[in-house]
Amino acid sequence: MGEKTYFTRMGDGSIVHMTEQEIREDMKAGMADAVMRGKIPALTDEEFEHLYGIITMPGIVVGVEPGMQIVTTSDSGSDKINTKCGIPTDRAVNAMIHERILGCDSVDIGFSDYNYKTVKGVAKREATVLKHALNRTTLPLFYGAMPNLGFYTKPDGPVENWAVLLPEGKINEALAAQEEAVEHAVRDIVYVAEQMNDVGADGINLDTSGAAGDADFLVSLLATERIRERFPDLHVEIGMAGEFVLGMHGRLKYDDVRLAGLYPHKQVKLAEKAGASIFGPVVNTNCNMTFPWNIARVCTFIKACTEVAEIPIHANAGMGVCGVPMCENLPVDIVTRVDKALVEIGKIDGL
Amino acid sequence: MRMQLSRKMKINEAKEYVAGKLGVTLEELCDVVTMSEVREEKGLGLAHVEPNAEANIGMEAKFRIAELLDIKINSVERFKERAGIK
Repeated sequence: MGEKTYFTRMGDGSIVHMTEQEIREDMKAGMADAVMRGKIPALTDEEFEHLYGIITMPGIVVGVEPGMQIVTTSDSGSDKINTKCGIPTDRAVNAMIHERILGCDSVDIGFSDYNYKTVKGVAKREATVLKHALNRTTLPLFYGAMPNLGFYTKPDGPVENWAVLLPEGKINEALAAQEEAVEHAVRDIVYVAEQMNDVGADGINLDTSGAAGDADFLVSLLATERIRERFPDLHVEIGMAGEFVLGMHGRLKYDDVRLAGLYPHKQVKLAEKAGASIFGPVVNTNCNMTFPWNIARVCTFIKACTEVAEIPIHANAGMGVCGVPMCENLPVDIVTRVDKALVEIGKIDGL
Repeated sequence: MRMQLSRKMKINEAKEYVAGKLGVTLEELCDVVTMSEVREEKGLGLAHVEPNAEANIGMEAKFRIAELLDIKINSVERFKERAGIK
């Protein structure tokens, strides 16, 4: 009889069977990678054993202990029924479906082209959808979109394309283009926020922040600051694009802190300073590594983030992030293990 | 969720606050059976809305939630302005 193996998956979702020793070795390696990159503490022995138990727990669906339930936010939540499932429903109806059928704690109304630059032109009409939903639902409703700084470059946008300028050696021009784009993006987000505040939105979701690098993250921080100043009853959630901020500019700072290279435990302190109510950290899923490697790495990063956070942490746990596999139809065996590990070891406040 | 947004409370603090306001235990706060009864009794909104005439959903439930949790809800404030009751 061969050594006992456990069903688990690779980061791309494919099935793999592993022995206890293989699982433990991958967990140690994943944790060590987070410690090295983030300069953060490792999980304790007790947490490590608890995580091993979650990975190898019998059953397809696993869950937290009664009373340990948390709450949820989303990105482009109300639109996924339409864009992902191809069901032609109204987004205000989708909000009701999220509330009364899916049991969500909140949802965001978002445009199918999920970015603030696009939304600016139709913001008042988007606000109409949100108003309908707000009148008919009880759960908190956000308006959500991405800052998506890359959309501000020529030929579609107003500024020079830094991704073209950088390879040409035009460094100063590339830096200036990003700085100019920041001003445009912040102005657009605050304008959209104003329309949503006028109809009574509970919050603004700045989703996938930092997707275009440090300038993109700066947009979210500055926009949050201005939204909180102008609309004190409109709350802001900042959700990240990746686990560390890419230094596409490299010199940008917020509150005297250089943004390039920041990991979640440092990102959250700036989100707090800007006035965000909720911060959504990301840890990338590595498709070529196993679930034990990925989730040990995820828990190490997320625990370091929640330990220093003074605002609620909603870990991003969708396709390709926080240990969830990079595939369209997500396997519930891994998703529920991710959720349980994030709650019980990562100590998150929401998903 | 609303306490996380409006007061930036972490999950455990938020649960204790809401449980205190509702007069339930933390275990009951997370229990669908108990909370269905509490929400129905206090008119805080339910996933099911039958019989409809007696159901509180949407704006009417949010009025009660804002009062019970002692928070401002943006859409309730806008509704009051538009309805001329503020």
